[in-house]
Amino acid sequence: MTYIAKPSLHHPSLERNSVGFTRRDYEGRISTLCAGCGHDSISASIIQACFEIDLEPHRLAKFSGIGCSSKTPDYFVGPAHGFNAVHGRMPSVLTGANIAAKDLIYLGVSGDGDSASIGLGQFCHAVRRGVNMTYICENNGVYGLTKGQFSATSDKGSKAKKGAENKDSAIDLVMLALQLGATYVGRSFSGDKHQLVPLIKGALSHKGTSFIDVISPCVAFNNHVGSTKSFDYVREHNEAVNRMDVITPRAPITADYKAGELKEVVQHDGSILRLRKLEDDYDATDRNAALGYLARKASEGEIVTGLLYVDPDASDLHDGLNTVSCQLNKLTDQELIPSLSALEKINDSLR
Amino acid sequence: MQPTDIRQPDYFHKVVDCQWACPAHTPVPEYIRLIAAQRYADAYMINWKSNVFPGILGRTCDRPCEPACRRGRVEDEPVAICRLKRVAADNKGEVAHMMPPKAVKKNGKRVACIGAGPASLTVARDLLPLGYEVHIYDGEAKGGGMIRTQIPRFRLPESVIDEEVNYILAYEPVTHFGKRVDSLKAVLAEGYDAIFVGTGAPRGRDLDLPGQKEAGANVHIGIDWLSSVSFEHVDKIGKRVIVLGGGNTAMDCCRTSRRLGGEDVKVVVRSGFDEMKASPWEKEDAQHEGIPILNFLNPKEFTHKNGKLTGVLFTKMGWVEKDGKRKLEPTGEPDVHLECDDVLMAVGQENSFPWIERDIGMEFNKWNMPVVDEATFQSSIPNVFFGGDSAFGPKNIIWAVAHGHDAAVSIDLFLTGQDVKQRPPPGVSMMSTKMGIHEWSYDNDVSLDLRYKVPMVENEVALRNVKVEVEKGFDPLLGYKEAQRCLNCDVQTVFAGPICIECDACVDICPMDCITFTENGEETELRERLNAPALNLTQDIYVGDGLKTGRIMAKDEDVCLHCGLCAERCPTGAWDMQQFYLEMTHAGCGGNPPQRTRAPKPVAAE
Repeated sequence: MTYIAKPSLHHPSLERNSVGFTRRDYEGRISTLCAGCGHDSISASIIQACFEIDLEPHRLAKFSGIGCSSKTPDYFVGPAHGFNAVHGRMPSVLTGANIAAKDLIYLGVSGDGDSASIGLGQFCHAVRRGVNMTYICENNGVYGLTKGQFSATSDKGSKAKKGAENKDSAIDLVMLALQLGATYVGRSFSGDKHQLVPLIKGALSHKGTSFIDVISPCVAFNNHVGSTKSFDYVREHNEAVNRMDVITPRAPITADYKAGELKEVVQHDGSILRLRKLEDDYDATDRNAALGYLARKASEGEIVTGLLYVDPDASDLHDGLNTVSCQLNKLTDQELIPSLSALEKINDSLR
Repeated sequence: MQPTDIRQPDYFHKVVDCQWACPAHTPVPEYIRLIAAQRYADAYMINWKSNVFPGILGRTCDRPCEPACRRGRVEDEPVAICRLKRVAADNKGEVAHMMPPKAVKKNGKRVACIGAGPASLTVARDLLPLGYEVHIYDGEAKGGGMIRTQIPRFRLPESVIDEEVNYILAYEPVTHFGKRVDSLKAVLAEGYDAIFVGTGAPRGRDLDLPGQKEAGANVHIGIDWLSSVSFEHVDKIGKRVIVLGGGNTAMDCCRTSRRLGGEDVKVVVRSGFDEMKASPWEKEDAQHEGIPILNFLNPKEFTHKNGKLTGVLFTKMGWVEKDGKRKLEPTGEPDVHLECDDVLMAVGQENSFPWIERDIGMEFNKWNMPVVDEATFQSSIPNVFFGGDSAFGPKNIIWAVAHGHDAAVSIDLFLTGQDVKQRPPPGVSMMSTKMGIHEWSYDNDVSLDLRYKVPMVENEVALRNVKVEVEKGFDPLLGYKEAQRCLNCDVQTVFAGPICIECDACVDICPMDCITFTENGEETELRERLNAPALNLTQDIYVGDGLKTGRIMAKDEDVCLHCGLCAERCPTGAWDMQQFYLEMTHAGCGGNPPQRTRAPKPVAAE
C-alpha cells in the first residue's frame, strides 16, 4: 500500500477534453490494493474512457458490492456519485437508483465473488431486466481478500498457489449475460488497455445492459504457473475477435484505417463503434453465433476477448415499464397526486 | 532503440540536471537533502570539496544549475539551489576539522599561481594538501581576486570572502600579495616546476566616444570603479548617474551608485531588455531599487560644458529583419539626450596579457590570446597552465573553480610524470534507497510548494550603506521548505526487465506519464507515440528490454518527479530507486577515482 498521495503535478502536454477536464481530473484517491493488482489497471482504463467520452463527473453514478474489486470506485472519478452496497446486492441498489434517476450514467463494478457467488441471482435479474448500466466484473478467479480460495469463475483444473486443483466447473459470466439478454457484451484483460478502454467507452454510451468481463490477475494469489488467470496464461491464450474504436458524436472522425473488414455500429446516442475484425467468421451482432463460438473456444482452452455482442437498437428497463420521460425523482406532488376532478372521474368510472 | 547502458556514468549524471549543468559538477540533490536534515556542516563540506567557495557562490553564483533544474519543467520555477547553498554556509558552524589535513611532508615540487582569484585559489587548495609548495602572486594585499574587487559588499560581505579565502591560506601557501607580476619571463626564471596563470579578465572595455577626453573626470570604467569602491578609495558619486551596458557588472554599478548618493540612476542598454546579458534576478533586484532600465539606445557622444560632463547623447536603435537575420540598427528617429553627472561604462571585459613576453615560446592565437588546451589547460609551454577567465575569456566564478580543479589535476599528472591527456574518470556509485516495503531513505512525497522568495532588507536601510548585505538569506525553516522542493533527481529509477510482469502498475501510477510499454522502434518515431510525447530532445529515453512479451519499457526522463511511486506500486521489484552519486576526481588520485566520500552520520552528543 502506498501512503503518499499521487502528486498533482502533471505532464506539461496533458490535454483537456471538450468539457474542460484533464485525464487526471478523473482520478480518485490512491489505491490501497496490492502493488501490481490488475484492478488498478481497470480503474486507469475507466479513467481514460471517462476522459475520452467527455463525461462530466457529476453525471456518473458508481456502484459496487464487497471485495477487492468493489473497493475500486474510490480510486476513479472522485467527484462522481457512488454507493457501496452490501455483498452481492449491488445490482438491486443500482436498479433502484436507475429507476429513480434514469438520466445518470450507471457504472457497476464488481468481482467474481460478488457477482458469480453471493450475488449471482442479483446479477442475473439485473441483466434480464435490461437495466441501463455498464456492469464491469473484475474477474481474478480467486478470493483475494480471504487469501486465495478458488472462486466460482475459476476454471476446472486451474491450480491454486499452493498447488491444489479446482474440481468444480466455472461459471462463465459472459455466456450467462448473453443468455440473459444483455445487449452489449465484451471480455477483456486488465493488461491490454488498447482493447479495454474502447470497450468501456462503448459500454458507457450504450443504452441497455452492458456487461464487460475483465480478467484481472491477482498478483498476490493467482499469478502463478498453473493458474488460468495469470498474466502469462492470459497473454498466451488471449484470442481477440475484433479491435474496436469508439467515435463519440462530438469527436471529429480522423482515424485512418488500413484495408481490412470494418464494421460500423451506430449506437443510440450517435456514437459509432468501429469494429475491425480479427476473426473472419465472427459476427458481433449475432447472439446465437456468439454463444456457439464462445462455447467452442472455451472447450479449446482459449480466452475469447473483444466486443462479443452488441445490439445497437436495444431497449432498457424504462422502455419496458413505459415510464414517463421525466426522471421519477423529479416528479412533484402536482404530477403524482391526482386533482379533485381527476379523482371524481375515476370514482365515477367505478360507480 | 538500443537498451540503455546505465553503467555509463554519463547516463544518470545527465538525469541529475543541476549537477550536469554545474561546471564543477557539485552533487546538488545530496547537499540539499542534508540541508533539509539540518546537517549544514555536511552539506557545506560537499560543496566545499566540489566548488571551494560555498558561502561566496551561495550569494553570487551565476547558477547554471537553476535554468537546468527539472522542477522548472514541471512547474513555474526551479529550486533556489544557489540560495540553499548559502543556508548551508550560514548555519554550518565550525568546519575546519572536516577539511583535509595539511601535508605532513612536502613533495619537493614548487608551483606558482599568478593571480589570487577563484581559479588560482582552487589550484592551491587542491595541490597544497598533496605536499606541493604553492606560491601565490597577486597585486592586491589580500587574496580573492575579482571576488574581492568587483563584487559589491551589499551582495557579498567581506567577512565571507575572508573566511573562505582563509580556509585555503590555512594550508600555508607562500603568498606574494601586493606584488603585481609584470613579466612571465621573470617568473619562469624563478625555476618553478609548474606555473598556473589565473589572472582573470581584468580590463574593462572602453567606449572611447567623442567628448570623453573633455568630460573624462566623470566617465568611469565600471569594474575599475567597483574595485575603487571595494577598496574605499571612492565613497560618493553624482546625483544623476547613467550606467552603460546590460551585463551583471552594469547591475552592480547601478546598485552601488544608488548607495553612494546616486538618486537618479539609470541603466541604458543598446539592445532590447530581453537580450540583456544580466541574469534575470539581477535585473529584478536593480529594478526593485528604483533603477529604470532604458533599452534600444546606443551611446553616441558625451556632452559637456566648461570641461564638465552634462549628459550622454544616444541614437535610437531597433531590430531590423535583413536576409532572414535580425539586426540591431538605428531607427532614424531623433537622438535622445539624457542628462547626468557621472557615467559608468560596463560594456564588457577583456583579457590582457601585456606582461607575457612574446619571445618566451608561448603560442598566441589570432585574438592575441595564449593557446590553451580545453581539457588539460596546458599552454604551449608544457609547465605553464591557464584557468579561469584568463584561459578562454570572461565567464564566472564557478567556471573558474572548475578550471582550477582540472588544471590542478593536469599539474599533478605533469609533475608526477604522467600523461596530462589521460583524465581520471569521476567516482560513481549506485545504492538502493529501499528501506522497507514502501519506505525509502529519501523523502519521496513531492512538495507542491512554489519557490520561496529570499527575504530582503528594506530599501530605506539597504540603500543607505553599501556594506549592508541586502539579502537576508533563508532562515532554517524557509531553507527546509525550499529544500523540500528538490525532486531528488539523483535517486534514479532503475529498471530490471527480466523480473517485470508487465502489469502496468507503474504506468498507471506515474503522475507524469513517463513510462510506456510498447513495441521498439526508431527514436524519433518512438518519442511521438509514448503515453506522453517525449518532445524535449535534450532529455534521454531510458529503454529497458528483457520483457516476456518482447516489448520494451521506454521511460522519458524529461519530467520524472523521482517520486518512486513506480517502484512502490511494482509487485516484483523490477523498479528500484537507487541513489546515483558522482564525485569529480580532483588532483592527487593518481588516476584512481575517489571512493564514495559520503558525509558521515552525525554522532550523538555525549
